[in-house]
Amino acid sequence: MRLLNRTAGRLSRHRRGPLAGLVVLLMGLLLSGSLYAAFSPAQADTQPSETEQVAKGKELFLASCSFCHGKNGEGIPTVREGYQVGPSLVGVGAAAVDFQVGTGRMPMVRPSQQAPRKPVVFSQEEIDALAAYVASLGPGPAIPDESDYSIEGLSEEEREEAISRGGQIFLTNCTACHNFNGAGGAMPRGGYAPDLHDVDGRYIYEALLTGPQQMPNFSNGNLTPEEKRDVIAYLYSIRETPEYAGFSLGGLGPVSEGLYAWIVGIGGLVVAAVWIASHTTRSKKTKVNA
Amino acid sequence: MSSSSRIDTSKVATTNGTTAATASKPGRAGSLASWADERLGLGTAMKKNLRKVFPDHWSFMLGEIALWSFVVLLLTGVFLTLWFNPSMGHVTYEGSYDQLRGIGMSESMASTLHISFDVRGGLLMRQMHHWAAMIFIASMMVHLLRVYFTGAHRKPRELNWVIGCLLLLLGTLEGFTGYSLPDDLLSGTGVRAADGFLKATPVVGTYMSFMLFGGEFPGEAVIPRLYIIHVLLIPGILLALIAAHMLLLVYHKHTQWPGPGRTEQNVVGFPMLPVYAAKAGGFFFMVFGVIAIMGGLLTINPVWKFGPYDPTKVTAGSQPDWYMGWPDGLLRIIPSNWETVLFGYTISWNVMIPILIVPPLMLVLLMLLPFIEGWITGDKREHHLLQRPRNAPTRTAVMVALMTFYGLAWAAGGNDIIAIKLDLSINQITYFMRVAIFLGPVLAFWITRRWCISLQRHDNEKLLHGYETGIITRSPDGQYSERHLPISGTAAYTLTARDRDEVLSVDGGRDAAGVPAPNSRSEKVRAKLSSWMFSHNVQKPTAGELEEAHHHAQHEAELQSGLDQPVDGHQFDDHRQRDADQVPLRDH
Repeated sequence: MRLLNRTAGRLSRHRRGPLAGLVVLLMGLLLSGSLYAAFSPAQADTQPSETEQVAKGKELFLASCSFCHGKNGEGIPTVREGYQVGPSLVGVGAAAVDFQVGTGRMPMVRPSQQAPRKPVVFSQEEIDALAAYVASLGPGPAIPDESDYSIEGLSEEEREEAISRGGQIFLTNCTACHNFNGAGGAMPRGGYAPDLHDVDGRYIYEALLTGPQQMPNFSNGNLTPEEKRDVIAYLYSIRETPEYAGFSLGGLGPVSEGLYAWIVGIGGLVVAAVWIASHTTRSKKTKVNA
Repeated sequence: MSSSSRIDTSKVATTNGTTAATASKPGRAGSLASWADERLGLGTAMKKNLRKVFPDHWSFMLGEIALWSFVVLLLTGVFLTLWFNPSMGHVTYEGSYDQLRGIGMSESMASTLHISFDVRGGLLMRQMHHWAAMIFIASMMVHLLRVYFTGAHRKPRELNWVIGCLLLLLGTLEGFTGYSLPDDLLSGTGVRAADGFLKATPVVGTYMSFMLFGGEFPGEAVIPRLYIIHVLLIPGILLALIAAHMLLLVYHKHTQWPGPGRTEQNVVGFPMLPVYAAKAGGFFFMVFGVIAIMGGLLTINPVWKFGPYDPTKVTAGSQPDWYMGWPDGLLRIIPSNWETVLFGYTISWNVMIPILIVPPLMLVLLMLLPFIEGWITGDKREHHLLQRPRNAPTRTAVMVALMTFYGLAWAAGGNDIIAIKLDLSINQITYFMRVAIFLGPVLAFWITRRWCISLQRHDNEKLLHGYETGIITRSPDGQYSERHLPISGTAAYTLTARDRDEVLSVDGGRDAAGVPAPNSRSEKVRAKLSSWMFSHNVQKPTAGELEEAHHHAQHEAELQSGLDQPVDGHQFDDHRQRDADQVPLRDH
């Protein structure tokens, strides 16, 4: 009690100090603010409503996409039958938009054989809005959740199995175009299967679902969601595995190996031959009459 | 007697000692050598060969790269056989490489993975073996080019040229069999292609394929068979041919570049011991070192990424190793619809031409090159002095044309990698190559020949008018001219140390009775070819021309007297730099 009394006495000494009113006011505001934040009803409008998202998406679509895909995403055909400036987006789903816009492929700079990866133009919020708008045009695959393509939740043993299974699926279905290392490969008429080295799992999953550009569509009946996840797990695993054998030389196979054999191997050894031939075996550099 | 007067007596010991000179006690190495010599009698044989003289030039060491990389191949190859299991028996991989654990594969693939990940130093040895193979064949080709461009394939070395060509063929086959052994996805695709090539042979194709694979592809026999071919059959023949190649080299003696003191009868250079033993030995360690560095730092054939072979799988970038790249390129650019159906059987020209016809034809042509040239020139003399490539313009141009053909076919073999790395269309590359493969060699031939001929002209200019000094002088009337100075006697000797080319001519061809001379038709062809080969060449100046040019140069020198000092640009004005003690400064 004595201790309490003493503390109370000390406090009361400042009770009428010049700053006391201000301190009380600040403490009161802090308390009421915290209480309000803690107990106020949940915010209904931190996420824009779906209608708002679709409306925003439509605005963005009209400004950036409609030139090729049409004002309602119906696609614009060219004069030549069977060809189009931009395809119809009805039914491509949110996943297609998230892939194409999220990797910078869309909007395209110019019509070409294939839309290349480039810096992303829109923020994720805008991409979501565009995806919501395109998804509203017709039913299609949705943007996958991280749990769909991650093996985080599995046990160590299950993960290993998933990775080796994914490797075999990758070699059966993907390497014919993307190469054994995921380094990419050539497609007809200037097209190409892109390099997969730094592609996020989410975009790989979306590409499998939607089959962008020349890529075939691996529907869930074709590759189950677990098999897609395993492929992604395998690709992540070869990224994380150290290159046991040294520099990978681009991971392109025998062509780059041949290039190195000629340039480093033969080039280096010819330089060595020139060096040896220009030196005598004597340690002193006296003139040798040959 | 005159020769004795030339003996240098300054180094003869002058002594008036009273005891006779005795041989000092032999050193330890010396007594060991005599012990061995008394029992083996190798001293006499070695005496001659250890002093054998080799001429010195960097380009003479290119074949040595092949020899030393073959030694590396033998050493690393023996290491690999200790663990490799050439069997197509099926096992489940349970080794250290995570991504393949639990996957079924052949024992050869599993043992390759075992060597790579579970044998100490195994991956380094595998990669050294593979890099050494790539360098072995590449260095043989570089060596072949050097020999041909310098005319070292002429008499008496034609047979050694043929042996060299066989070595190139065997090296390629050895490489292909080795590449196939791990039974991974990439090599399996290659073996599948080889199966297709066999089957493309008319009539006997399927029989050959069934014989090699012991039934339908892939069967279980091919890997053990390729293994014994790879480790016993071809290396044995390679070793024997390498020995023959080198014995002939010793027998013929090495060719040398022309120069003062170098003739067709002598070899000017350094002896085997100590100079070449040290140089060649040192070069072995360099070759070994370069291969070891490559094996340690650069990935080659990462079989664990390919996984085991499975006929349902394939990967982009499925190419053979570089030396098989050019037939693959021809295969890639040939129109795929070139097929004939005959009595219900398909003849696949689209496979036969690029694989079964053109490569053997090219090899035969390569082997025949010295004989074709010898027949055209009718030259039966022995040649030990080399020619500069420019002094045989047609020959040089023929090889450059062949190289262009090879290079274009080779590039076509990498058309997909070129397409993705240079942002090109694979179709357009193919269309381009289909034309370039015919046009390129012709263009290359023409450019090379003209280039050589202009270099010959340049050599004649140097002989007749001297070299360009780079000193530009301006005469008082404003004319600029570059000063030429005569080249040294050594340089002039070297430039003129070549034969004049003779164009064969056929006269009449019929005797008085109107009977054509025997062989006159082939003689006519020969004369035509001879004129094609030599008539454009620029011949070296005659003695008379050189004499005249020399007089002319002397006259020039007289005119320009005072210019035989380094020119500082102040010859004709009054600001000439001078040394104070030479000429006193003008006093104004």
